Amino acid sequence: MSAPATWDEFMEGIWRQNPVFVMVLGMCPTLAVTVSGVNALSMGLATLFVLVCSCGLVSLMRNIVPKEVRIAVYIVIIATFVTVVDYLIQAISLALYDALGAFIQLIVVNCIILGRAEAHASRNPPLPAMINALGMSFGFVIGLLALGTVREILGAGTLFGVSLFGAGFQPWVIMVLPPGGFFVLGAWLLVFSWWARRKAKRGSTQNA
Amino acid sequence: MHDSAFQIFVNALLANNFVLAMFLGLCPFLGVSGKLDTAFPMGVATTFVMLVASLCAYGLNLLLTAFHLEFLRLISYIVIIASAVQLVEMVLKKYSPGLFRALGIYLPLITTNCAVLGVALFQTAREYDFVQSVTFSIGGGAGFTLALVLMASVRERLQLSNVPDLAQGTALSLMLAGILSLSFMGFAGLGG
Repeated sequence: MSAPATWDEFMEGIWRQNPVFVMVLGMCPTLAVTVSGVNALSMGLATLFVLVCSCGLVSLMRNIVPKEVRIAVYIVIIATFVTVVDYLIQAISLALYDALGAFIQLIVVNCIILGRAEAHASRNPPLPAMINALGMSFGFVIGLLALGTVREILGAGTLFGVSLFGAGFQPWVIMVLPPGGFFVLGAWLLVFSWWARRKAKRGSTQNA
Repeated sequence: MHDSAFQIFVNALLANNFVLAMFLGLCPFLGVSGKLDTAFPMGVATTFVMLVASLCAYGLNLLLTAFHLEFLRLISYIVIIASAVQLVEMVLKKYSPGLFRALGIYLPLITTNCAVLGVALFQTAREYDFVQSVTFSIGGGAGFTLALVLMASVRERLQLSNVPDLAQGTALSLMLAGILSLSFMGFAGLGG
């Protein structure tokens, strides 16, 4: 693969195939942990670690693993890395571990990871596979942050724990409760489809 | 944990509904909820997998704790779930090929349904005993089915109405889910 192709591979996950806004994958952690910016960021980084490591390993093993048992093998690989992350976060910050709860272990069943392993890493050599995984993870982190910051600002009046509006702010509590997650993500999707529509209307032919 | 079985059931079914309050199992919730005919069987299949997974996870957890192998918990749970899904798939293929085709890719994807792994993980974290685990998994499964059926019914109706095409698709489903979730919050406090 040439250099521009590698860059393209990386950007694909961030923009054209953004896992959160375009493919709508990995919704469960996306909505559940994004009550604040910090949670969103740490969840994103944990997923990044698991995604990149397991895609690398899957890609290394792509010629050894028989086709019939590949899904089982992928799952076990992913579960191994998730266990590592689980213990790592527990060691670094117990408060964060409690905030994210079972959702760290639930990274195993994040469709993005299995989807990437199956659709990309199992067919490509390690380097492109990992670059693609890295792009996907950054796309995921951006998606999580977009949700987490909006929900934190509206629902608690803070950003990464720093108060924004002073004492007079009346928090919009519903935004940090479950329904808020659905509403904010729905609103983001509306914004994106409106954007795509406007771009198409102008008839621009240059592709991003 | 001294919750009675009934409390746990009501809690998992309504107040802490897996899909609408805890955000578990959203992929099939958004993916299969287009038609009522597939939504209900999907819910039942998932409930069955949950029940099997919960039973196995309970036994396995005892075994792992006895041998001090807790770090293998996640890996062994996921293997159990994958086998349970395989079982359901074989049964469906044999007895109801039509349904098997209708569910398509979403059937093997039950393996990666967070709700199923969620049941196993939560019952371990909350140290439920055998009866509690079983009621928890049935309640959770019933709650999942309920959310799926409600969503599918609403979406079937919406097909006939005139929605701005900007909002068509996933955005609309998410807004609907938000409203459903809002109404389920009215159950908060039920079942302790």
